Amino acid sequence: MTQNAVPSVSWIVRNLWLIPVLPMLAAGIGALLKAAQRRLAATLAIGSMSISLVLALIAFADALSHPVVQIVNFHWMQFGDQWLSLGWLLDPLAAVMLVMVSFVGLLIFIYSVGYMAHDDNFTRFFCFLSLFAGAMLGVVIANSLLLLFMCWEVVGLTSYLLIGFWYHRPAAAAAAKKAFVTTRVGDLGLLLGMVWLYAQSGTLLFYNHGAGCLEQGAVAALAAHVTIGGMAVSTAIGLLVFCGAAGKSGQLPLHVWLPDAMEGPTPVSALIHAATMVAAGVYLIARVYPLMSAQALAVVAWVGAITALFAACIAVAQNDIKRILAYSTVSQLGYMMLGLGVGGVAVGIFHLITHAFFKSLLFLGAGSVIHGCTEEQDIRNMGGLRRFMPITFLTYAAGMLALCGFPLFAGFWSKDAILHAAHGWGLSRGPFYLGAIGALLTAFYMTRQVYYVFFGERRTPEAAAEAVVSQHHGEECAVADPHESPSVMTWPLILLAIFATFLGFVGTPAWPWFQSFLAGQHVTFSFSGFSEPGLLSLMATSSLIVVTGLLLGWWFYGRKPILHPTDPDALERLQPSLFHALADRLYVDEFYGVTVIALTRFAAAFSAFLDRWIFGGIVQLISWIVTGLGWLDFSADKVLVNGGFDLGCRELFVGGRLFTRLQNGRVQNYLRVIGIALVVLVILLLWGRLG
Amino acid sequence: MISILTFLPLAGGLIILALARRSRDSARIIAFLFALASLVLAILLWAGFEPSTPGMQFQEWHEWAPSLGIAYHVGVDGLGILMLTLSAIVVLMSLAASWANEKQPSVYFALVLFLESGLFGTFTALNFVHWFIFWELSLIPAFFLVRLWGGPNRARAAAQFFLYTMVGSIALLLAFLALFLATGRFDFVDLANLAQSGQILPSIANNLHWAGSPASIAQGLFWAVFLGFAVKTPVVPFHTWLPAAYAEAPSETTMLLTGAMSKMGVYGFLRILLPIFPQQMQQARTPLLWLAVATIVLPAFAAWAQKDLKRTFAYSSVNHLGYCVLGICAVAQFAGSATEKSAALTGVLLQIFSHGLTAAALFWFIALLERRSGGLRGIDDFGGLRKVVPVFAGLMGIAIFASLGLPGLNGFPGEFLIFKGTFPLATWAASISVLGLLMTAVFLLTVIQKVFSGPVNLRWQTMPDLTFSERVALFPAIALMFLIGLYPQLITGMVHGAVTQWVLTFSQGGHF
Repeated sequence: MTQNAVPSVSWIVRNLWLIPVLPMLAAGIGALLKAAQRRLAATLAIGSMSISLVLALIAFADALSHPVVQIVNFHWMQFGDQWLSLGWLLDPLAAVMLVMVSFVGLLIFIYSVGYMAHDDNFTRFFCFLSLFAGAMLGVVIANSLLLLFMCWEVVGLTSYLLIGFWYHRPAAAAAAKKAFVTTRVGDLGLLLGMVWLYAQSGTLLFYNHGAGCLEQGAVAALAAHVTIGGMAVSTAIGLLVFCGAAGKSGQLPLHVWLPDAMEGPTPVSALIHAATMVAAGVYLIARVYPLMSAQALAVVAWVGAITALFAACIAVAQNDIKRILAYSTVSQLGYMMLGLGVGGVAVGIFHLITHAFFKSLLFLGAGSVIHGCTEEQDIRNMGGLRRFMPITFLTYAAGMLALCGFPLFAGFWSKDAILHAAHGWGLSRGPFYLGAIGALLTAFYMTRQVYYVFFGERRTPEAAAEAVVSQHHGEECAVADPHESPSVMTWPLILLAIFATFLGFVGTPAWPWFQSFLAGQHVTFSFSGFSEPGLLSLMATSSLIVVTGLLLGWWFYGRKPILHPTDPDALERLQPSLFHALADRLYVDEFYGVTVIALTRFAAAFSAFLDRWIFGGIVQLISWIVTGLGWLDFSADKVLVNGGFDLGCRELFVGGRLFTRLQNGRVQNYLRVIGIALVVLVILLLWGRLG
Repeated sequence: MISILTFLPLAGGLIILALARRSRDSARIIAFLFALASLVLAILLWAGFEPSTPGMQFQEWHEWAPSLGIAYHVGVDGLGILMLTLSAIVVLMSLAASWANEKQPSVYFALVLFLESGLFGTFTALNFVHWFIFWELSLIPAFFLVRLWGGPNRARAAAQFFLYTMVGSIALLLAFLALFLATGRFDFVDLANLAQSGQILPSIANNLHWAGSPASIAQGLFWAVFLGFAVKTPVVPFHTWLPAAYAEAPSETTMLLTGAMSKMGVYGFLRILLPIFPQQMQQARTPLLWLAVATIVLPAFAAWAQKDLKRTFAYSSVNHLGYCVLGICAVAQFAGSATEKSAALTGVLLQIFSHGLTAAALFWFIALLERRSGGLRGIDDFGGLRKVVPVFAGLMGIAIFASLGLPGLNGFPGEFLIFKGTFPLATWAASISVLGLLMTAVFLLTVIQKVFSGPVNLRWQTMPDLTFSERVALFPAIALMFLIGLYPQLITGMVHGAVTQWVLTFSQGGHF
């Protein structure tokens, strides 16, 4: 690899590659460690991640002082007389993502030391986690769609490995496969988009001193080209790229893998399936934003809005603490896409960043709950936990309020920016209404979850309680009481809770520092930002929506305490059929089962059939015909020999026939016929030449 | 140099038969040393090769039967050198895998060395007759390896394998006889030059007074040659010998069949079809693309329906070679950009090498698994093995993901370049072919799920993990997967001269 770094770029930009490579190296070494070397494995992972965080902060500082795109490109391989180049970049967007990924990642690494303490494959866990972090950081700094795609696939691999981390559980193994295959469906779109882009613009480098595919010349050329159905090429490529983003970010109709991914250990859900990897799709769209035409962005906005509402609906009727959060993640990713579609990079990415903090907080909180309740995940079997685990409860509450968009919490500012942009979108008001209803549902399902988990009295599953009673003959011993988690787990919660509460203030209308930074502009503080027409009334409306959701949640679940795990849900009593449909995830999985999957199975069986009976059958038929001819030839020989030839020949013939029988008779006959045919043809050819 | 390389394994095989008939140890050590020496020679050639010089290098030319246009003519370009190295590597891998072979080991090892000689000869010979002898010669040891060391249905599988390939070979032979009658040449380089200067059709018109126009005769000859390579590669629907042969052959032999011998077909496409029949290929391009798409998609689906791991990987092998055929057929047109053609052909060469490596490694793992399970290899016979044999599962997992085309491993750069080149040249074919990529993920992950995940199958609770020597033997193969995945320039840097030359074939306008 030859480096042609521009001398003017700073030290950190030249060495930016260290940020992803360090965790990858840690993963490589971790893969060679023995299972017993736990401390070393964790130290390596956390150590490399800490260095990456420090480098990311230096990069961030550099981006603050030079808010432009800085790049380093290098040759990767040649084809014919051309070179395929890769490279990395630093711009405000990448800087923000670098800091977020390495910071949240580091916290989750630390938390995992406590959470996975009792797991046999502790060493392997940190190896996979480091590989993930390295690949994700690679996605962030890639200056080439190809390099981004490569890291993106490795991220998918680690997601697969970590979802299936408890591989002895069939459900985990199935979920891992489902995640990989579903995201690959999207990735194939991305691959096609990528090769198309490559063909059209002649490069996959994003920026290359004016010759990159995201720079003025290439983008203008792409927009000018028209392809099938009058669509601009840039629209078509944008939509194909969005396929990949939709797969990774769990957008409709490829969202089905994300809830199942909750089979993985909870820190994995927090890191990969909430904060970072699933946001990679949003990041991808933000990265290639110059390429996205208005039509493509309209599709992004609609898909995002529909996903936001659809997943929020399903989240209402789930009982697994992690599944609720998973559907919530799908829904929030929909908001980010909506933000990108209607508002621009800053709007979507702001929500991505705040969401990373509060959603990883919620997942880690859920992990703390699960850890404290000896692996219980059904919220109906919890209750009253606020007294047993106060830190978890308070931090969870902060995360929940941030997610709901409660005024002044981080999610309030970022979600409001999205709704504001959707409200002002010229093409349709539809996405705004979808998003607003989604916001109401978000507040509702989170209230439901918090009431189920933390309020009321502690509920134990009746079966388990009875078993305990019968075992101990009524002794004073219930199921072990839940306990607060160790400090290695609670400290990350507290830190994340602080961010979940206050992070929004870096992007308020009065001081839109975040948005300006991404745009490379300077910013001043001024309350006049609020005076934009309609902004305050919209904020009031959305606050009202959130409060309504919270109140509805209280009305259904908080007013009367839930006493037994088997009690029907309050909503179930009111609307049983609707509730069941939602609880069964609106039958999307079943629908895929009878359509796509059934079709694929049929295609597989059909291909096997074709092979065996048609292609194989024709060959068989030909072989029978040839054998038949061979037999005819053989009989003719026999008659001739019997009729006229002397006995010496007969001896030879008998010997030959014996041999023939030994060998089943087939090879020889084939060869003989082929040989005769060959001779005949050669004679024909020579004849043809003479004649 | 090339002659030494070609005849070295042959000599090794003869030495084994002469001196070490009784002793397994000396037989396998001799075999190993000769295969190693071949690899060293191949690497020396690699190191001495000038990638930017066009044309053949290390040429040797001796008269043989000049009146018939037959000569001993060898030489390599980037493609040849790549094939030599790959064959040497795959043969070494196969020998390492069959180290513990107990049944007539000396004959077995001698046959493997004979096969290696056949491969080297095929990949270096530049005169048709000379080439054809080695092409057929490699088939004979392969036939006996399947016939004598194979599974329960080996007789049928071996006969089918042999005869099917034979039919293809005869078609090849006849076509070249006709070409000789028309042009008086057997030399590939000469024939390619004639084709370049548009003299083949006039020669046919002058010398072959058959029914039909010269163009249609040339087209017929093209299809005959194509049939020879289509059977060998194989291209759907001429592939039905393959699943049976791969499944019945001992896995160590399957490594040779898929790792090196299947490449002979693709080699033929590149060495013979592209340079000698450019116009005919362009005319047949649409049906050829359909066949390529079928070769990618149908086996990928069929692989998912298999219950025998060897059959699954056999179909997977067809699918992977399908990408090579796709890339080659997409290039076969005079229109289209040279950049995209270079990309597709470079991708094809990368894919040849990386598939040889990966497929050989996968069947090696199957061999190791069979040895531990007493021959069982059904996809449903196992379960939870990752718990029992973690190192085995991890390393085989790497090979599986390499086969799946995961970036960072050897499969990705080639497949990417093929799609990069094919998409603009044959958009519809590339778009359908991505289905193959999807199905590859589906069936390979199904293998992992059923064999390695889930609760441990109690029957295999005591299965031993890889021994130290097995790990050492596997290490170079796995390391090479990472090396090529991260630094494909290692290969693309060797072949750009050859690629540029093929692209020139198709960029100077057709001579119709």
